[in-house]
Amino acid sequence: MISRRGFLAGTAGVAMAGFAGIRISLAATFESMDIFIPGSPGGGWDLTGRVIDEVMKKNGLIGNSRITNAGGAGGTIGLPQFINQYDGEADALFVAGAIMVGTTITNNTPVDLTMLKPVARLTGEYQVLVVPSASPVQNLTDFVALLKKDPRSVTWAGGAPGGTDHIFACMIAKAAGVALGDLSYVAYTGGGGEAMASLLGNQVSCGISGYGEFAEQIKAGNLRAIAISAPERVSGIEVPTLVEQGVDVTISNWRGVFGAPNIGDDEVKALIDLTTTMVQTRDWKDQLATRGWSDQFLPGAEFAAYLEKDTIATRSVLVDLGLAK
Amino acid sequence: MDTLNALLGGFGSALSPMNLLWALLGVTLGTFIGVLPGLGPALTIALLLPITFQVDPAAAFIVFGGIYFGSQFGGSTTSILINTPGESASIVTALEGNRMARNGRGAPALATAAIGSFVAGTIGVVCLSLLAPVVVKLALAFAPADYFALMVLSFVTVAAVLGNSVIRGLTSLSLGLLLGLVGVDLQSGQARFTFGALDLLDGIDVIIVVVGLFAVGETLHLATRYRSSPEEIIPVKGSMWMTAQDWARSWKAWIRGALIGFPIGAMPAGGAEIPTFLSYFVEKKLSKHPEEFGHGAIEGVAGPEAANNAAGAGVFVPLLTLGIPTSATAAVMLSAFQSYGINPGPQLLTSHADLVWTLIASLYIGNVMLLILNLPLVGLWVQILRIPTPYLYGGILLFATVGTYGISRSVFDLVMLYAIGLAGFFMRRYDFPTSPVIIGMILGPLAEQQFRRAMTMSQGDLSVFVARPISASLLVLAFIALTAPIVLSFLRSRRETAAA
Repeated sequence: MISRRGFLAGTAGVAMAGFAGIRISLAATFESMDIFIPGSPGGGWDLTGRVIDEVMKKNGLIGNSRITNAGGAGGTIGLPQFINQYDGEADALFVAGAIMVGTTITNNTPVDLTMLKPVARLTGEYQVLVVPSASPVQNLTDFVALLKKDPRSVTWAGGAPGGTDHIFACMIAKAAGVALGDLSYVAYTGGGGEAMASLLGNQVSCGISGYGEFAEQIKAGNLRAIAISAPERVSGIEVPTLVEQGVDVTISNWRGVFGAPNIGDDEVKALIDLTTTMVQTRDWKDQLATRGWSDQFLPGAEFAAYLEKDTIATRSVLVDLGLAK
Repeated sequence: MDTLNALLGGFGSALSPMNLLWALLGVTLGTFIGVLPGLGPALTIALLLPITFQVDPAAAFIVFGGIYFGSQFGGSTTSILINTPGESASIVTALEGNRMARNGRGAPALATAAIGSFVAGTIGVVCLSLLAPVVVKLALAFAPADYFALMVLSFVTVAAVLGNSVIRGLTSLSLGLLLGLVGVDLQSGQARFTFGALDLLDGIDVIIVVVGLFAVGETLHLATRYRSSPEEIIPVKGSMWMTAQDWARSWKAWIRGALIGFPIGAMPAGGAEIPTFLSYFVEKKLSKHPEEFGHGAIEGVAGPEAANNAAGAGVFVPLLTLGIPTSATAAVMLSAFQSYGINPGPQLLTSHADLVWTLIASLYIGNVMLLILNLPLVGLWVQILRIPTPYLYGGILLFATVGTYGISRSVFDLVMLYAIGLAGFFMRRYDFPTSPVIIGMILGPLAEQQFRRAMTMSQGDLSVFVARPISASLLVLAFIALTAPIVLSFLRSRRETAAA
């Protein structure tokens, strides 16, 4: 799992220093912290922001905190607000995720994530392709064969158009050499419940979502996992990757934090240090375990590089779909 | 009787004094946010999610269950008394309930809503305990084509709320359909009618339209007529309690409403609004006093209120049997489960049986507590109507504004609220009914999405709608509902001419 390797390579030094007691010296670096969440209360970004807040406070990394929610339009309502209101503010964190890469492109917003300072990718979820247990499809080879034979007859259940699920479906189709216009993608927005119901009710050929959403149904044998979008096998998940089945597609529905525009390099570094310390705490690891989030910590510059790659891949799919110019 | 024992066990853990206090807190808070236009249970529970870091699971779910049912009840109170539904599922209640209040029968209207909610909530929770595995199979069998047929059937119910002029009613409906189209198209991702405004990409929130058309529109309308008409304080006439006739007319409506509400609430795309529309239509058609509809028919309050609450219980069927959240509130509840390290799925009932039964028991306790809390308060609530109009509506405007701002903290939404309020004022002034707008806005997008999903799945073959038994029967039912009144009145008039 690349995230773990990156984590070890990138932060081993800090990790060791952490054990040697650096936590005390870093403790309460920030007297107060503004956490800005471009999603509504109860959603994924909101939860991420609130868990960060909880863990940082509990470990004395921050003093006071204020959480602001500004949801809507896939985060593109909150982004310009943050950019305007927090310009140059060193003690503010903006929670964002993979979906915003897509929505800033499709909604054609005058601002985008590159205007912020990448602090760290924190968690992520890999996408999984599943079929109902009654389906004859057993593995990715079967699936690709079926898709190539008659693309229109393969119906996909997934999330909003242009979102991570849809982009993953398009990447698979592109890799199989199927035109995106031939995809029978049925979008289910609103929490994933309906998409799951359509799979359990055998109404669609396959479904796409984050692994966590389908995990219990896969364990119960109601759905068969065909492939996961991770670059390498994920420990604890018995699902083969697309890469090992010969289809070069990887994608992660990541969540991370950004700093405000126009803050100094040392201020960015302070935020990076803060998150680096946070991800090593027992409380953070406990939260990852109970919530089933996978650790995809990637600090500062590496995160920026990842973001650039993700943006290019996302844009190319969206252009092919006609959702972006 | 494993189920019964498990349920009793659930009651055992939910009935501790501390948990009863939590339940009281939940239903009180729920009633309060239900009374406030705009704020809904999903948002409130989401804001309270951090308490899951502090309290044990049973207590948290008891609070959440209380808020859920409490808010449904609170919404009907404002619908009845001051014609301002706090949420879309109680607009139907306002139709007859507010008429009753204006006739001085606010107390029986509130009572039938309270008891109906309790009866339906009870039927719902009992069905949830006993029938969940069966109902969920039925719910999963519903494909997009079937949902579309259900929407067609629901559209027929608009006929019951069109008012005196069909043209005016259909104009309102079209306005609702148009408002429903605004925003990103959920199948293709293209923006429609947004005029480049980011704030419109998610569409227009139904709640804002409900609050704008009803609360703001009503206030403006009253304000323009205030000087020309004398101050009318609505006297509370007759008995505060439901009469024998009220009981006789209510109980069947409660049960019918519950039977309509529960299965539709259990469907992944069912929701709580459609059952209220269907129930209102059914009550109007079955009533021995159809002429009273539109002037304060008690069945028109009893049925939809019961349907609303039973649908609320139905939502827990897919959540607890399969781990599928089918409403915003259910999705937030699901993340509460995850806060405790529980991933709701098909094994939830076996792996965390104690917690599930505690939750079910606490829903039941919440229902009882609401009844105990609200019945004695009926007399007090009715006193609201004695507040002089300017103060009362000034307060309503304040709450509508605060509630709307509270949803999203968006100034854009506030401007929209008042723009829609102004439209609501003109609709009242020129006698256009307002409820078809909401019905169009709710059903339009649902029907469109389901139709297009069905078309994608069938690769454009329209015959799916008649080939599937569920869809075909629903369409036949819709056809009968639409044509039966015309055919019957035709036959009746022929018989009368023949007799004469």
